[in-house]
Order: sequence, then C-alpha cells, then structure tokens
Amino acid sequence: MLKTFSKGGIHPPENKLTSAKDIKRLPAPKVVYVPIAQHIGIPAEIIVDRKDKVEIGQVIAKSGGFVSSNIHSPVAGTVTKLDMIIDSSGYKKQCIVIRTDAKNETNFQEIDYPLKKEIDLEPAEIVKRISDFGIVGLGGATFPSHVKLNVKEDKKMDCLIINGVECEPYLTADHRLMLEKGEEIVVGIKILMKALHVNKAIIGIEDNKHDAVELFKRLTANEKQIQVAALQVKYPQGGEKQLISAILDREVPKNGLPMDVGVVVNNVGTVFAIYEAIQHNKPLIERVVTVTGKKLKNPSNFWVKIGTPIKDLIEEVGGMPEGTRKIINGGPMMGKAIKNTDVPVTKGTSGILIVDEDEACRGEVKNCIRCGECVNVCPMGLEPHLLMNLSEKGMYEKAAQEDIMTCIECGSCSYVCPSNRPLLDYIRFGKNITKQLASSKN
Amino acid sequence: MDSPQIVISASPHLHSDRTSKKIMYDVVIALVPAFLVSLYVFGFNALITTSIAIVSCLLFEFLIQKYLMKSEVTITDGSALLTGILLAFNVPAGLPIWMIIVGSLAAIGIAKLSFGGLGFNVFNPALVGRVFLLVCFPVQMTLWPLAVVNNTSIADAVSGATTLGIIKEGLQFGQTMGELSSQIPSNMNMLLGITGGSLGEMSAIALLLGGLYLMIRKVISWHIPITILLTMAVMTGVFWTIDPEHYANPIIHLLSGGAILGAFYMATDMVTSPMTKKGMVIFAIGIGLITVIIRFYGAYPEGISFAILIMNAFVPLINSYFKPRRFGSKIKAKIM
Ligand code: SF4
Ligand code: SF4
Repeated sequence: MLKTFSKGGIHPPENKLTSAKDIKRLPAPKVVYVPIAQHIGIPAEIIVDRKDKVEIGQVIAKSGGFVSSNIHSPVAGTVTKLDMIIDSSGYKKQCIVIRTDAKNETNFQEIDYPLKKEIDLEPAEIVKRISDFGIVGLGGATFPSHVKLNVKEDKKMDCLIINGVECEPYLTADHRLMLEKGEEIVVGIKILMKALHVNKAIIGIEDNKHDAVELFKRLTANEKQIQVAALQVKYPQGGEKQLISAILDREVPKNGLPMDVGVVVNNVGTVFAIYEAIQHNKPLIERVVTVTGKKLKNPSNFWVKIGTPIKDLIEEVGGMPEGTRKIINGGPMMGKAIKNTDVPVTKGTSGILIVDEDEACRGEVKNCIRCGECVNVCPMGLEPHLLMNLSEKGMYEKAAQEDIMTCIECGSCSYVCPSNRPLLDYIRFGKNITKQLASSKN
Repeated sequence: MDSPQIVISASPHLHSDRTSKKIMYDVVIALVPAFLVSLYVFGFNALITTSIAIVSCLLFEFLIQKYLMKSEVTITDGSALLTGILLAFNVPAGLPIWMIIVGSLAAIGIAKLSFGGLGFNVFNPALVGRVFLLVCFPVQMTLWPLAVVNNTSIADAVSGATTLGIIKEGLQFGQTMGELSSQIPSNMNMLLGITGGSLGEMSAIALLLGGLYLMIRKVISWHIPITILLTMAVMTGVFWTIDPEHYANPIIHLLSGGAILGAFYMATDMVTSPMTKKGMVIFAIGIGLITVIIRFYGAYPEGISFAILIMNAFVPLINSYFKPRRFGSKIKAKIM
C-alpha cells in the first residue's frame, strides 16, 4: 500500500494531457506586465520610473517588508508605463509595463546552464540570496521562500519535504520539470538542507508520475540523506499539511505551521528556482506553465517569462477554441476563473486551463440530503454542510467554534456533493467575515 | 478578449458525476430483485400494492407542493418514488387500496413535506407511513397473505402469520421452540422468501444482493446494516444459548421480521441517519438493541420499524456528539 494522508480526500479524473510534452521555451513577449503583488504578504515597492531602461534580472520593485519579495525585470527593455491592470484576482493591481528591447540579445538566449554541484555559499548567504532573488513558493501559494527558511531558535527542524505531488488534475508543470531538471533539483535540495541544517529530505511524488519516481530513485541512489516517497494518487495531497501527514504521519496542529512538527515543505519548482538563484545567479523571472484543456489544439508546457499576457500563451497552443466558457488560472480544483486574457502570468501561475460548456457549468443546487459525503472527504475533518449552513445564517461565531478557519479551501466538499451545494463558496464567505470580525476586535 | 460567454465562478471548477437523483435511482435498482421475488410469491397483489403506493406518493408530493406549499415540484428527484416502493415493501401484499393511499399520505404529507421536504425530515417517511397504518389498522396490517407460489389472483390470498408472529404467539401460550419448529418455515425458505410477511421483506437473498449492489456503488457503507445485524445476532444469540426452548435462534431473527430490509434499506436512508461513520455505528447498535427488546418484550413481533424511528429521533444528537476528528487535534511525538 502506498502512503497517503490520514483523512478524507478525493480522486477526480486526472486528465494530465501534457505529461509527455517537453517544456518549450517561448521567446520573450513584446510587452510584459509585471504586477507588484505576486506573492502573499506586502506588495513590493516600485523603484523604476517611466522611460527607464532596465536589464534582464534587474530589481524593478523592492520587497516591502519581511513577508514580501523583490521583483525583477523578466526582460531587457524600457519601462513604458506604471499602470493599474486587472490581475488574476479580478481586481486592478499596480503593475510595471516594460516594452522588450528587440535588439537586446539576452532576450532571445536560451539559458541552459551546465549543471553545477558544489555549493559555495554559507547558510546565511543562501537565505539572503533566496530573499534577494525574489523566490516565492511556486506551487501556487506564492509564500516568500526566505520566510520559511528563517527558522526560529526554539524550533527544531529535522526534515525537509519536497513537494512533487502535483495533485491538481490537468497540470503537469512540476512533473515535466522533475523529468527534465532532475539533477538540478537534487542539487537544489542539498542547498536547502544546508540552509536549514537538516540532514534528511524526502521527495513526495504521486504514483501517477511513475517515471519521475523512478528517476529520482536513481538520482538519489547514492544519497543516504535524500529519500523518495511514492504516494497514492489522492487530492489534496499537495497541501502542506496533507503531504506531511502522508510522508511522516505527523499532524500539523490546528492553526500551527509545518515548523511545529519539525518540517519545512518546498515545491519542486521552487527548489529548481533556488538552484538557479544560488548556482547561477538567476533571479525568479520565468516559470513553467501548463496550458491545457480538452478542446485545445496543442496543449503544452512552456517556460514563460513572468508578465507574459495569458493570451500570448493561448495563441501559442492554437488559439481560443469555440465554445470556451471558462478560463482558469491554475488547476481545476483551486484555480481562479478569469474573465480576461490580458491578465499576465505571475510567479504563482502553474497552469492555464480552458474549459467548455460541459465542464464549466455547475449543476442545479438541490436540498442537502445529509449523505455525509462532504464530511467523508474533508481532509481537515470538518463538517462542510454545517459550516455552509452557519455561514448562510450569519452565525459566524458558531462557525468559528466549528473550526471554519482551518478549512484549506481544497474544494473536495463541493466536488462530491450530490446536491451540487456550493459549500466552499459559503465557507469562504464565512471565513472572510470571521477574519474581518477578528481584525476589527483588535 | 472579453467575451460575454466567459463565466466566472469560484473554485472548484470540477464536479463529480454523482447526483442525488442517481443515488435514489440506484436504491430503486437495488430493490428490483426483491420485488421480483414478491411478484413470484404474491403474484398480482404485489404489483398492485406497489403501483398504488408509488402513484399515490408521487401524486401527493405533486399536489401538496403545487397547491399547498406553492413551491417547486420535485417529484422527478426519485425520492418520492423510492418512498412509494419502500412503503409497499413494508405492508402486506394485497392491503386494501385505500389504506395504501392513506399510508402514502402519511409518508409524504406528514413525515416528509410538513418537515420542509427532502433533507429536512427527521423520520424515515416510508416507515412513518407503515407505522401509521399499523396503529390505525392493526388487523389488516397483520393479515398476511399466505405465500402461495404462482398465485395470480387476488381472491386466492389466504391469511397466514409471519414467522416471528407464530413464535411470539406460541411462546405466550406456553409452547416451546421445539414444539413450534414444525410451524415455522425452514431457514432455506426464509432465505429465498417462501414465507409470510410484508411484501418486500421476505427474500433475504434478493435483499442482500441489492444491498451488495448499493455497497459496490458506494451508496451505503457497511457500517449501518452490518452493525444492526451483528448487534441483533449477538443479543438474540446470548438469549438463545441460555434458553433455547424459549428464544428463537439468531438465524431466525435475522432472516425474518424485516430485519434485512430494515437494516439495508430503511436505516440507511441518508437523510435520517448520522453523518459520520462513528455516529452510524452508534445509531445501528441502538437499532439492533431496540429491535430485539421489542421482539422479546414488546407487543409487536417484528420491531425494527419502531427501532429505526426511535433512533431517527436521536440522529441530530448523535451528529452533534460524534463529530469527525478535526485534523491537527492529535499531537504526535514530533522530532524523530
Ligand atoms: S474546502 Fe474546506 S471544508 Fe471543503 S473539504 Fe476542503 S478543507 Fe474541508
Ligand atoms: S455532500 Fe452535499 S448533500 Fe451530502 S451532506 Fe454534504 S452538503 Fe449535504
């Protein structure tokens, strides 16, 4: 029996259409739109002005605090505007618009560094570099990576977990990256182990990516300190708490952090970005994006410059198909539906999913038949039907007592409900109000 | 691009293809084998009783929703259909037609719609219908047509008694199990359904087959039915071991008196059973115990209908007491 997490979970159709497709590097777009809030925490502060010339990799917005991140220019070119544009959240956000310099050849270089194994930097320098080079969690959460590495004195770390689960249906960005950059990722893992002073790392990969499991077993055959854990395919195994439960059978306490059980989790994409930053001085200016959907002519994986408009990617896979009803930034379970394809790719964009009528439409909402399925599948051990009910009735205090705030918004409950009840919609709403109530009390 | 075709909604953007309608129809499918057996055993009567129950349940739901509640009519969701079938399965084949209609009104009108419709009812509607009839018309409700194979005419129906009825009466008149054994059907006949009883409750084999189907389709889990049957087996087993002359053996108890129909199809009704597996086990133990107590000491020989209704009333309490364990509430030894 393969390992998996302790409670709940679902197994939606995997639909990994692009798992056999090499990651293709796209040329730099003519114009990039770089938002200053691409990570969780305080937005970065713009330090360039209109008409400034910028180099590739130059800092254009400075970290706004500890939980924040630098932003670098993904291209060489000229700042044409500081503008408000709609990002994937659906709100207008401040953004730096850069016109790519067509003559500048760094924009067209395919950057493939030779593998570098020796790690020269000291732990503190590694953490500083990760912070300076704008690395954030690339699995989708976009939490600034240096924050996770700043382990408080009183916490003892004993294990680094690498998240290669990619449990969202359709997405294959991490899978391809693992296959194509396996050796680099192993070096990245060692960099993180050095920074964290831990001597154990485990890579968690779901067994539907058997080739990646085999590859990493081979690559780490001589590394006593790095193990590979093949995991049963189950959503939401990529959630930090679920992954720790699956691999180490430790439960992060309610309202606690992975640190509380001696663990730090990093996504494979992040580990690769860290490798490039530490070994090759490359800041986070591009990432792998899966562009997929059943009706697309040529669903693909791409290396994409941050700030590239999504419409460029859709052109690249053969254009928007007839009858498209939803454009999703991210995977189908946790991604955000967007209205407009001018939205740029940001550090957190792991995929673009195009869906048609059949998949996009929600069924008619019926009465709760009290089947308990939502309770069965909730990985946090919550009672989604009850939380929805309490949110609907405005009983937020009761909802808080029922642990509404521990919901990880994985959507498993809404996925299974046979009466199509919008459970997570109401739970999110309840969480937001609860948060507001709590902050207004302080 | 900004097209009006594009919809925005919050995640998740996927939904499983399971719907409440499919669940209801799965239960209907599961009941087909048992229905076929009762057609074979009771002939035309089984068909008439079942049809009348289904039509009147659907009709009452339609009329009440449309004209009294002025709400959406939900007769296509499969739940009223299922209530009709289950009600028919719980009454003697050939019950006077007007009584079936009264039972349907009690099931749909009182037990389901007056509580607010599907999902809000506390008690299993079909059982409320049955118990209503049992209390109002005790004579007709215990007039069991004798199982005559290939009986095709209503007029041929002869009244007999159920296995548990024979035992209960016999024991009250001072007979022992040994003396009664000639009057009760063989285990094999009970298994197949060649015995007296409600329309759909007799054939253990057919009901188990449907129950297996429901488990495979994940409509029900083992927790409720198996726990009920186990509880009953253990309790009747203890009494039988102590005094086999005055207590029927566990096999007779499990194969008769609607135990299997109740355990697999009535107690598992999602709306009126607990949400969590822990809760389900508690609920099921309760049903098993109460059923046996009623069979031994109560006025009714069968008991499981009452037991389920009594435990239905405890479901809200069970749900609030037996909550799922929250993730993160168990603190393990951390650093290795
Ligand atoms: S979205 Fe929240 S409530 Fe629903 S299953 Fe996931 S954690 Fe549980
Ligand atoms: S899954 Fe839907 S119908 Fe079932 S208990 Fe939860 S909310 Fe109710």
